Formats: sequence, structure tokens, C-alpha cells
Amino acid sequence: MGLQLRQTFEAAILTQLHPRSQIDIYVQVLQADGGTYAACVNAATLAVLDAGIPMRDFVCACSAGFVDGTALADLSHVEEAAGGPQLALALLPASGQIALLEMDARLHEDHLERVLEAAARAARDVHTLLDRVVRQHVREASVLLGD
Amino acid sequence: MAMEMRLPVARKPLSESLGRETKKHLVVPGDTITTDTGFMRGHGTYMGEEKLIASVAGSVERVNKLVCVKALKTRYNGEVGDIVVGRITEVQQKRWKVETNSRLDSVLLLSSMNLPGGELRRRSAEDELAMRGFLQEGDLISAEVQAVFSDGAVSLHTRSLKYGKLGQGVLVQVSPSLVKRQKTHFHDLPCGASVILGNNGFIWIYPTPEHKEEDAGGFIANLEPVSLTDREVISRLRNCIVSLVTQRMMLYDTSILYCYEASLPHQIKDILKPEIMEEIVMETRQRLLEQEG
Repeated sequence: MGLQLRQTFEAAILTQLHPRSQIDIYVQVLQADGGTYAACVNAATLAVLDAGIPMRDFVCACSAGFVDGTALADLSHVEEAAGGPQLALALLPASGQIALLEMDARLHEDHLERVLEAAARAARDVHTLLDRVVRQHVREASVLLGD
Repeated sequence: MAMEMRLPVARKPLSESLGRETKKHLVVPGDTITTDTGFMRGHGTYMGEEKLIASVAGSVERVNKLVCVKALKTRYNGEVGDIVVGRITEVQQKRWKVETNSRLDSVLLLSSMNLPGGELRRRSAEDELAMRGFLQEGDLISAEVQAVFSDGAVSLHTRSLKYGKLGQGVLVQVSPSLVKRQKTHFHDLPCGASVILGNNGFIWIYPTPEHKEEDAGGFIANLEPVSLTDREVISRLRNCIVSLVTQRMMLYDTSILYCYEASLPHQIKDILKPEIMEEIVMETRQRLLEQEG
């Protein structure tokens, strides 16, 4: 999981602005019911933003699966343990670029489009929420600091 | 001993009580600032697909043709002439590495440090070996920024009697963006303590020395016991600074002093309670507004 997080954030953080330095991201999982990687990415995005480290964009992630001809987004632990195909997608919403896409099971390529679409839509929904919260926080801080 | 317990409660936004809106242009990473290619890009922005995009969350500042985004919280970016308070982390061959809450450790060269007694001579090999006698790992110093290297690392100097090793006192670490830039950062407050407002966000509160020592050169730390009244003043100041920071107010000598005076009716340990903190800072804000307007 650490390696996946590193790859995801190397794509998003502008590391050339921090020469000869190391950026450490520590994530602690308090409760897991599926979608651990996605939750870690979303939390780490907010943490990196709060620290003031320059990033290309938010990184929003979601998992998706395929059961009985239906694409499912944000799988729970029970759905993950069922053994069907699972996809983890990390997206940079503004440009639509994919930071990380991982799947370890077999899925017919005809279905890939739908599953990817479900994950992308869910990730964009997460982005809407994170965006709103961050803007509110920035606005509040700006008002308190005054002009 | 009475104990106080509280249940967790949802934080209410503090700006509601102020009732005013911000006029600044606020952005988050990924937002397009402008599609006009005539602008130069400053900190907090990057160029992508012919658009200027923000890379941090903060407010946009435009100065003529330069556009930059000022983030809410960043590490300290050194500028020549700033006063900083730092902690020694390493003792190397001809220099000390100082931690100043910046991206890279700052550097204090042996040649930038005053020798005890104020002598002016070339530093010899014996001086190098005696480095640990001057400053060890864990010591706190106040210094001034001499130069900034190309990768952002800061070079410090203590070439004045007012800089040097710090003795007894309390350190408060805040965000560098909350310390206001002023003519002087060394203040002797009338309440009985002195404060050094480091530009890097490290604030040092210490008891006002009775007489200035001219020949010490800033190396000898005063280890005499501090009286109870001085300790109380310093603790109260520390709590006031923490409450100002929680409510996001700029820190400078006037705001700290007003906050101290507003907190006098309360006990020192009560200042950190949320409702008392709000009350004190609100009073400070009002006094500052009256003073300006």
C-alpha cells in the first residue's frame, strides 16, 4: 500500500520545488470496511494541501467492481472479499488524468469501460466534497486574518 | 484537585461572529487563475496547457504582471535580514545545522559567529575543535539571515551582541505566516517579560534581564532560578499567544500586549478553554480596531 501511495503522490506533488528534501506521508487506518487505499489517498490529499506543499491538483480515489453484470463503485469489505474483479482508481479531477489505476483479477474488456466510468464518477463526487470543504476552510482563514 | 471534562462538540466557524466577507480571490489546487499568457508565474502556480493553474490552497496576489498564490500554511522561506530563532540539530566541520521550520536545515557558519570576548581574528583549527563548547545539539539560538542559497537553504549569522544562545524561557511554535513583519522583533513588554518574534514562527518568551551583559557575547546562559511572578507572566503570555494563533490573528507586540491585558481577569489555565479564548481574542480585536480607526 505504501508503494502505491508513493506512486500516486509522486505524480501529483511538484517535487522539483523541493530539492534535496524528503516528504513523509503517514496514514493511520482507524476503521476498515473496504476501500482502504481510496480512503488513504483522499486523506493524504487533504494533509498535503494543509501543509502547503504544491500539488498539481487534488487526488481523489475510489474503488470499483463488477458483480452480476453491474458495475459497483466504492466496494465494502464483504464485496471485496467475494472475490470478484476490483479496480482502484486515483484521479486528478480538473484535467481528468489518471494518477494510478490498478486491477488484480480478470475482467472482460467489454466491461472495463463501465467499471472505469463508475469509479471515475465516484471519484469526481469525492472531489466535489473535498473542494467544498477546502474552499470553506480557506475562506474562513482569510476572513479571520483580515486584509 | 478539581478536574474538568468536556464532550467533543462540533466546531462552529469562527468567521460567522465577525460578519464580514473577504474580497480576495481564493483558489484551491487545480483551479485556473487566468488564461491570459501575459502574466509571470510566481510561487504557488504552475503553467499547464496554456493556463495558469494554482498549486496550493490560498489567496491570489497580483502585483503588476506577477501572479502568485499565498498558501495558508507554509514552511518558512528565508529572506535576508529576517530574525529567526532556531535549534541546533548537528555540529559539523566548520558549521552548525539549525532547524528553523523551513524546507531545508539552515546553516550557521563558524565564521559567522562571534567569538567570546568579541575578538576579530581568523578562525583556527582550535576554534573548530572547540565548536561544541559554544553550541551543542539541542541549544536554542537567535540569529539573523545573512544569505539564501539557490535551493532555498538559509545561511545565518550572529554577528551582534543581541543574538546568540538563548537561556531560560518558553518557546512557542506557530506558522510563519502569522508573524507580522516589523522594524524590530525584540520586544520588552511592560508586563515584565521579553519576547523575540522569530520570522520563522518560533517565538521565545523569557524574563527581562535586569542588566545587559556587554562582554558575554551571547554565550553564557543565565541559569539563576526565575521568580514565581516572572513565571506566571511568561505562562500567561504563552497561553495568550496560543489563543491568538488558534483564532488566526497576526502576532505583533501590540496584539500580544492587548491580549495579555484582556486575559488578566481570568486564571492562567482558563485561557485555553474555547469560550474564554474567543472572548479574549474578540476583545483584543475590538481594541486593535479602535486603535487603528
